[in-house]
Amino acid sequence: MISNNEEFISQLADKYGRNRESLLPILHEVVDQLQYVNEESMVNIAKELDISAADVYGTASFYAFIGTHEQGKHVIRVCQTIVCDMKHKEDIVDAITELIGIKPGETTHDGKFSLYYTNCLGACHKGPAMLINDEPYAELTPEKVKNILVSYMKK
Amino acid sequence: MATQLKRTELIFKEDVDYSALIHKIMKMGKDKFISELIESGLKGRGGAGFPTGLKWKIVKEDPSPVKYIVCNADEGEPGTFKDKEILEKASEKVIWGMTLASYITGAKEGYIYIRAEYKYLSTKLKIAIDRMEANIKTLGINFKLGLIFGAGAYVCGEETALLQSMEGFRGEPTNKPPYPVNSGYLGKPTVVNNVETFVNAMIIAEIGAEEYKKLGTKASQGSKLFSVSGDCSKEGVFELEMGMTVQQFVDEFGDGDTKAVQVGGASGFCVPRKEFKNTIIGFEGVPTGGSMKVFNSSRSMYNILENYLIFFEEESCGQCTPCRVGTQQLLQGIRAVKRKEKPKTYLDELLRLAYTMKYASKCGLGKSVGNAFRSIIENFREEIVY
Repeated sequence: MISNNEEFISQLADKYGRNRESLLPILHEVVDQLQYVNEESMVNIAKELDISAADVYGTASFYAFIGTHEQGKHVIRVCQTIVCDMKHKEDIVDAITELIGIKPGETTHDGKFSLYYTNCLGACHKGPAMLINDEPYAELTPEKVKNILVSYMKK
Repeated sequence: MATQLKRTELIFKEDVDYSALIHKIMKMGKDKFISELIESGLKGRGGAGFPTGLKWKIVKEDPSPVKYIVCNADEGEPGTFKDKEILEKASEKVIWGMTLASYITGAKEGYIYIRAEYKYLSTKLKIAIDRMEANIKTLGINFKLGLIFGAGAYVCGEETALLQSMEGFRGEPTNKPPYPVNSGYLGKPTVVNNVETFVNAMIIAEIGAEEYKKLGTKASQGSKLFSVSGDCSKEGVFELEMGMTVQQFVDEFGDGDTKAVQVGGASGFCVPRKEFKNTIIGFEGVPTGGSMKVFNSSRSMYNILENYLIFFEEESCGQCTPCRVGTQQLLQGIRAVKRKEKPKTYLDELLRLAYTMKYASKCGLGKSVGNAFRSIIENFREEIVY
């Protein structure tokens, strides 16, 4: 019996290839579709690329943007590096915590949001800044961040 | 007395007929253009400063039938955002710069390795790539360009780590030699250049080495993009000639109360007020990939140093001990001194550790942690202790 995951990974391997250099693009798409790379996906990717599952885990876990633990549909990453820090990034995090009830490193019970700190997003001149999934947001204020999150709650 | 900074407007100039420009270089000949590039003095704009012309020459002269051109768009140095601005405003110029490198070196394939944080730029880049690939057919150049995304690892900006990541491995730097120009992506000769470097190659193709050299100084030719942020009168990306002093920079961008400028990001140097006048920004003084962070007297240098060390501790790839353990110990060390759990003389021991890291670490990450550490401790010791 072929599980759905097996089929899904096999399709990704058809799309990106079965070479070692196909691994990162495959991992990226697994995260896009499943929010994180679960054990089943790692085992199936290993089979497709003919490498060990430990190798898949070792590579995936190296990268901050390839989640290997369950995380929310919308991943919020608030920049913690110096200039955003000087521009009160903690006010942004507090506003997020107040609205959705999670601190950095946590995921909401409904599986909708995860919150992390991240390193320099390259928006120092427009800090404080954050990413939600692939979308960048800059020049944040607690007010602004609440409006942004409300728009994601509806998604 | 505020001296006027020399501004230039070359990098974002987009009204250039790129295929006509490549055609001009094709008529000029590969060797002639390489001499031109070497003559221009262009050094890599990512921060390390290797001569670009020499890099292209080595790859060109390699007999391997397979070669690659890689654009390093893994801009992760704290305080740097100029590559993002280039990719947003002058993406075509980057892509044509890579095409130029492909023509000169004979590489048929290229990749832009772009950090995951800039994924939102991918649609724009794909359109620009399609347009370029359609245009070069008439020129008879065969070059295929693709995008590869990073995944949130600062160390992948180091070229050997970047190549590891492109090949699907953990982004851990490898020993040099072999250098990427000899054995790069998939073991083939590879040109790895920063986004801004490809743009500069196009500028040199357009105006020639003679004109290009008129900009900047003898050791630092050309113009440079600076990412300016912090306690400033104005923040953003500015194109300036190299060779100015920190004082000139502060006169233009400071808020009137500048205490220190961090030149070159977390891995760069902290220049205190007393050194502003005699510190030149460029390869003859403090080199920079473009990051300029300005701090005024309300800022605690302890907080700044702690923030940098948290950054390095998280981003160290962990494969070599001096960097993995060193970054942790430096961070714990300054915290212990601050909490009075260690005497202030402990800072001298930490300085020795930073010195060891500089010589014993495998790659530029561990080697450069000591830059900010030493320059902040030496100039602001009392702020770290009390």
